[in-house]
Amino acid sequence: MGFGDQLAQYVVSGLTTGAVYALVALGFCLIYNATRVVNFAQGDFLSLGGLMAYSFLIGAGLPMALAFPLAIVAVALVGALLERLAIRPARSRQVMVLIFITIAASILMRGIFKHLWGKQALALPPLSPETPLHLLGATFTPQNLWVLAITLVAIVALIWFFNRTLTGKAMRATAINSSAAALMGIDAHRMTMYSFALAGALGALAGVLITPITSLSYNVGVIIGLKGFAAAVLGGYGSFPGAVVGGLVLGLIESLTAGLISSVYKDAVAFVVLLLVLFLRPGGLLGVKGRDRV
Amino acid sequence: MSAQGKKFFGYLAALAAVLALLPLVVTNPYYLNVLNVVALNVLVVTGLNLLIGYAGQISLGHAAFFGLGAYISGILSGSYGWEPWTALLAAAVVVAVVALVIGLPTLRLEGNYLVMATLGFNLIVSVLMVQLDDITGGPSGYTGIPSLSFFGAPIATDLSFYWLAWGAVLVGLILARNLVHSRVGRGLKALHEAPLAAAASGVPIEAYKVKVFVVSAVYASVAGSLYAHYYGIITPATFDIFKSVELVTMCIVGGMGSLWGGLFGAALLTPMPQLLAVVEEYKDIFFGGILLVLLIFLPQGLVGWLEGKRVRPGGRAF
Repeated sequence: MGFGDQLAQYVVSGLTTGAVYALVALGFCLIYNATRVVNFAQGDFLSLGGLMAYSFLIGAGLPMALAFPLAIVAVALVGALLERLAIRPARSRQVMVLIFITIAASILMRGIFKHLWGKQALALPPLSPETPLHLLGATFTPQNLWVLAITLVAIVALIWFFNRTLTGKAMRATAINSSAAALMGIDAHRMTMYSFALAGALGALAGVLITPITSLSYNVGVIIGLKGFAAAVLGGYGSFPGAVVGGLVLGLIESLTAGLISSVYKDAVAFVVLLLVLFLRPGGLLGVKGRDRV
Repeated sequence: MSAQGKKFFGYLAALAAVLALLPLVVTNPYYLNVLNVVALNVLVVTGLNLLIGYAGQISLGHAAFFGLGAYISGILSGSYGWEPWTALLAAAVVVAVVALVIGLPTLRLEGNYLVMATLGFNLIVSVLMVQLDDITGGPSGYTGIPSLSFFGAPIATDLSFYWLAWGAVLVGLILARNLVHSRVGRGLKALHEAPLAAAASGVPIEAYKVKVFVVSAVYASVAGSLYAHYYGIITPATFDIFKSVELVTMCIVGGMGSLWGGLFGAALLTPMPQLLAVVEEYKDIFFGGILLVLLIFLPQGLVGWLEGKRVRPGGRAF
């Protein structure tokens, strides 16, 4: 295999994980824009998506076309419940406290997942049979294509939702100025709950797509979630286009450094990128330049 | 001395008296060991509380500072034959510089950039501890760290370490209290109440925030070094991101920004995993659940609740 082929290979795998980081990063952005909270349970949405899909598919014997959408809806409900039962009743509106509520929820959720699904690794089948495909010297599986295609569809659907539907516009209005939105008769609590539900759905989608490639366990989402967070910062925290660009760029950087330099520090690369962005360009690639100073 | 000062030193004297009497009651080495771990956590959390309460910033990297203190001090004395106390000081200096490098660019910015940077930093440090295995011993850990000594007598037993660790806590509390009541502390308090007014009155906010961050990192480093010389073995898992979360949790449960809050939080949460071991299977569920309920209904923390402090709705983010 020549260098060019290798490079193509790294690009394909980088874009695949990058697409998943993008989905996770979008989830972070949604909740951040609605509440200014960094939702540390985002990675657990991903785990739960994979686990639910596994149970619907293997446990209940449902067909894939039913099991996967059901898993996504179920996690969306969990997201909505998180907002309704933990964020909304919180006595303090301090962002710091709210962030730690999501961390506590994350610990609780992982405990429940471990209890229900066990500690062992599970296997979720890919969306279509694993016949390797060849393109430009790169060998990849149909799952790589599925990840990229479905991520693209999800992004287009989000754009449509936020620009063309009343609920989507109301959510944007709430994110921009929640008191002004409330004066216009928008139920800000409800919009925040929708943001959590949508973030849950995106996390679950990422889980259904990536766990056939990685593996599935109760805590698979922790590291992917943190890398999705790094991707969101890289793109410009809170920016939707930024989340997509950040995810793809981070996936590529990770895959290329692992392939061309060394895979030993693969898990550190994303966070080195995170630190560099914060030090050099805290607004991110597509974020606002020159953030407010104190 | 002010009324507040009298109150602080009154509490401190009461704490010292309890600590002096405790070993008469607690003789079981297992419980002494738990008390020693509590002491080290209190030390880290005291520093962290300065940062949260006075700089209004949160760090999810204090386990990394704790870990760097442990590894640098452990390796310098274990592999290079440094005198343990010198190694502890060297570790503190290195950690201070590292904290400075992280704090300078991120504390300039308004918002939660420090939390992001420290989170990333902790994850990087964890990977390095595992991967640099010819220096750190890799995932199985670094062993053969010598004990500290006191005028030639090794501090090797649980009881002798008890005196050292809690002694360090008392000193740490006094130093923290002094910092709070110094020019820096007053400046930061002003910043917390009214940031623009503070800046307009010439409080060098950025410099003060960085200073507090560095001090809090040094607290963690010293606690980490003490930990390393106490156990003689250190493993990367002890210093991962979850430990950082646990440390901040102690601050929040005890009472953010309250010096005594850290003591309460650490004393309550440190033995929690052992207590919950009875329900091993449901440990995380209980821990997460208790934490969730406390954060939702008691965000002012235990000390805040005891003082009858009401929850301030709104408030500044970070």
